[in-house]
Amino acid sequence: MSEIAPAIELVGISKAFGPVQANKDISIRVMPGTIHGIIGENGAGKSTLMSILYGFYKADAGEIFISGQKTVIPDSQAAIAAGIGMVFQHFKLVQNFSVLENVVLGAEDGALLRPSLAKARKQLKSLAEEYELNVDPDAIIQDIGVGMQQRVEILKALYRQADILILDEPTGVLTPAEADQLFRILGRLKEEGKTIILITHKLREIMDITDTVSVMRRGEMTSTVKTSETNPADLAERMVGRKVLLRVDKVPAQPKDVILEVKDLNITDEKGVHRLKGVSFNVRAGEILGIAGVSGNGQSELLEVLGGYEKATGEILLNGEAIDLTGAFSDGQSRRARGIAHVPEDRQHEGLIMDFTAAENTAFGYHHDPKYQRNRLLMDNAAIMKDAQEKMDRFDVRPPNPMLAAKNFSGGNQQKVVVAREIERDPDLLLVGQPTRGVDIGAIEFIHQQIVALRDAGKAILLVSVELDEIMGLSDRIAVMFDGQIMGERLPAETDEKELGLMMAGVTDGETA
Amino acid sequence: MDFFTIVQLGDASVRMAIPLLLACLAGLFSERAGIFDIGLEGKMLAAAFLSAAVSLASGNVWVGLLAGIGISITLSIIHGLASITFRGNQLISGVAINFFAAGLTVVIAQGWFAQGGRTPSLPKDARFNGLDFPGALTRVRDKMQASPGMQFYSEFVSGHSILVYLGLLTVPLSWWILYRTRFGLRLRAVGEAPEAVDTAGISVVRLRYSAVIIAGILCGIAGAYLSTAVQAGFTKDMTANRGFIALAALIFAKWRPWYALGACLLFGLFFAIDNRFQNIQLQVIWIMVLLVGSAAVMTVYALRREKIDVLVLGGLSVVLAAIALVTWFGTASGEGIGMIAALWETVKVPSQLIQSLPYLFVVIVLAGFVGKAIPPRAGGQPYVKER
Repeated sequence: MSEIAPAIELVGISKAFGPVQANKDISIRVMPGTIHGIIGENGAGKSTLMSILYGFYKADAGEIFISGQKTVIPDSQAAIAAGIGMVFQHFKLVQNFSVLENVVLGAEDGALLRPSLAKARKQLKSLAEEYELNVDPDAIIQDIGVGMQQRVEILKALYRQADILILDEPTGVLTPAEADQLFRILGRLKEEGKTIILITHKLREIMDITDTVSVMRRGEMTSTVKTSETNPADLAERMVGRKVLLRVDKVPAQPKDVILEVKDLNITDEKGVHRLKGVSFNVRAGEILGIAGVSGNGQSELLEVLGGYEKATGEILLNGEAIDLTGAFSDGQSRRARGIAHVPEDRQHEGLIMDFTAAENTAFGYHHDPKYQRNRLLMDNAAIMKDAQEKMDRFDVRPPNPMLAAKNFSGGNQQKVVVAREIERDPDLLLVGQPTRGVDIGAIEFIHQQIVALRDAGKAILLVSVELDEIMGLSDRIAVMFDGQIMGERLPAETDEKELGLMMAGVTDGETA
Repeated sequence: MDFFTIVQLGDASVRMAIPLLLACLAGLFSERAGIFDIGLEGKMLAAAFLSAAVSLASGNVWVGLLAGIGISITLSIIHGLASITFRGNQLISGVAINFFAAGLTVVIAQGWFAQGGRTPSLPKDARFNGLDFPGALTRVRDKMQASPGMQFYSEFVSGHSILVYLGLLTVPLSWWILYRTRFGLRLRAVGEAPEAVDTAGISVVRLRYSAVIIAGILCGIAGAYLSTAVQAGFTKDMTANRGFIALAALIFAKWRPWYALGACLLFGLFFAIDNRFQNIQLQVIWIMVLLVGSAAVMTVYALRREKIDVLVLGGLSVVLAAIALVTWFGTASGEGIGMIAALWETVKVPSQLIQSLPYLFVVIVLAGFVGKAIPPRAGGQPYVKER
């Protein structure tokens, strides 16, 4: 036992949601003034553990010690009082409030607002100086970027005098440059004696800034090591429980004819904002074009136009023939009939109907296919079921039960259902949006292999992802989008994360050179 | 139209606007906290009945008012239980309250008073009577002969019941609460982002219940005003869809107190016109110009909008044009004169048309004629902690 009490000590924490044991007898010690990483696959129980610490859930068993003091945390108010601040993955900000109002909310000094706001304004100024956290206190949240919004979340915690800061997947929405800036801020906070817990699934971040790292797997804390004494491959193995391929294994592409040609695509939304500005590119048979960019820079709209559920002006050629951008034949059904398959970005809202069975979900969009029809009136459920069973077996969907509702599968297995449905149609062009968002490492590996296999079968693939690692690993060619425009194209072998990161932040070709 | 008529019209507008305004602010508090309240109508109706009944029994209108507020709060809490605690569908719960109030008020009224579902007329001291300000003229004949300033003071400023003045005061009060107090900040936050409120360590449930109870109080006053100040007793369905018009006014007002006052005064003006000008006479050509003109404006506007608006506004335009044509042809054949000559005939404007003005306006407002109104983001959604 060291003489300094740990900032946080959890002893024997357990939590079950129904039959699912989210946390199993977890014990962890985090020393003050350190950055402690918690890494694990989706569903490993990281967020549950932190939610218990922040008073969102009540643990079934176990004890919490803050700076050596046994502490009971029944709600968030108690966590805040104990000096714990949390920055959630999805920010908890009121969109139409100012920065100042968001900071003050819940930490007001009295029944009237004016004095609280004045005090907070002063406090924010000194915090900004102390930690280089500059934010305009009067800016409205919906008008500022995600990087700024994250600073507001950190300021919220600091304003409440948090000594312990928990960040849940903080870099998911940031450009590499913004992420570096965040890490500088975290380093600064650490110097000032704050304790930081960083939850992430990105191995690189763990290696870069943490002092110690704990690995979680299936609700258990499998190991805690000093970051300096481990490496990414070792951590990945601890997370998954077996050896994992971190790099995508693929042979060089053999691009052939141009399958998809996009010329001067423009979208102006109802507010008059240009979402796409003259986007042009092409994708050849047998290659993967990766589109990198921070989310919200037009990639989603691009996929929606190509998939047939967003209108645009411009020209799209598939195999040299124009496809309709407006009118009755501009819908998703017509696109699929032309050989465009689509794995949408948001699988829970666009890719699947969560309350419907896996079998139904494997047929959706292609349910007019004669093989699913018994006669002109009735669908052939037996055929759908048999087809679904085959797909689920081939794509290793677990559990392999076609009668189970989509919502009852894990994120990775849901995604496998979508990927199976689209790839099995043998499309000429596959659109893939965020194929591995919220998918665990094991399933990522599998999905990546399937995409590469489709490429090797001579199909064109358009990949949109906000994960730079994924873009770098999978693509044969990389286009970067910023503010509705293509900033430029690069070959993966001839570029690096730094250059792409600058392009993602809107720095043009000329300036990077 | 002389000045006194305008003053009278303004006076009537305010009177008609007050119940709308109170209901509108009730909806404002509720919806700003993220709870849709389609049951404003039912709460007003229940309060109208109970405050009339209790005023009658106790002889004290203030006791009646309290009873009205009480029943309205009770219904609010039922709505809260359904939509906050049990996370049910807020629209269904609201509709249930409306049905419940519409049926039960009549049944109980019949059971207690046996006068066909109404309460007996309230005696003068069991009602809210007009307050006459010092120096104000009270007799219509005196007022008509007074100076314009005096007319304005006597008719428009003075002579309303205390609930009117209270009702008008709720506007600045609501604004102050929403924008200047801690409670208001939290209330606005819970309707936009309940998760932000929850993670800040504040109870979402408590805030939403407070909002719903405030809505109950305001609806209670609105109901009592109808049966003890505007009229002397309760009659079946006496709220006459004011709860729904208040919701339209709320959208029109973009969920802001001062705008709500404006919206409700406008609706009040429609009601006042309807009350006063039952027998308005106009030349047929003017009726045609007005109706066909507004139909044309609506059609042109509708064509630039989404499908649903085309349906609503287009349909409405057709109806207006049809009324215009019927009036024209009707005049021509009724008087036995030529179509052109009929244009210059002076006829009574169909009273149904004037009566339907506020409702037409509601439809137009709801079809989005007044620009985009962005409702509170978390409106209508029960708050569930995410995993």
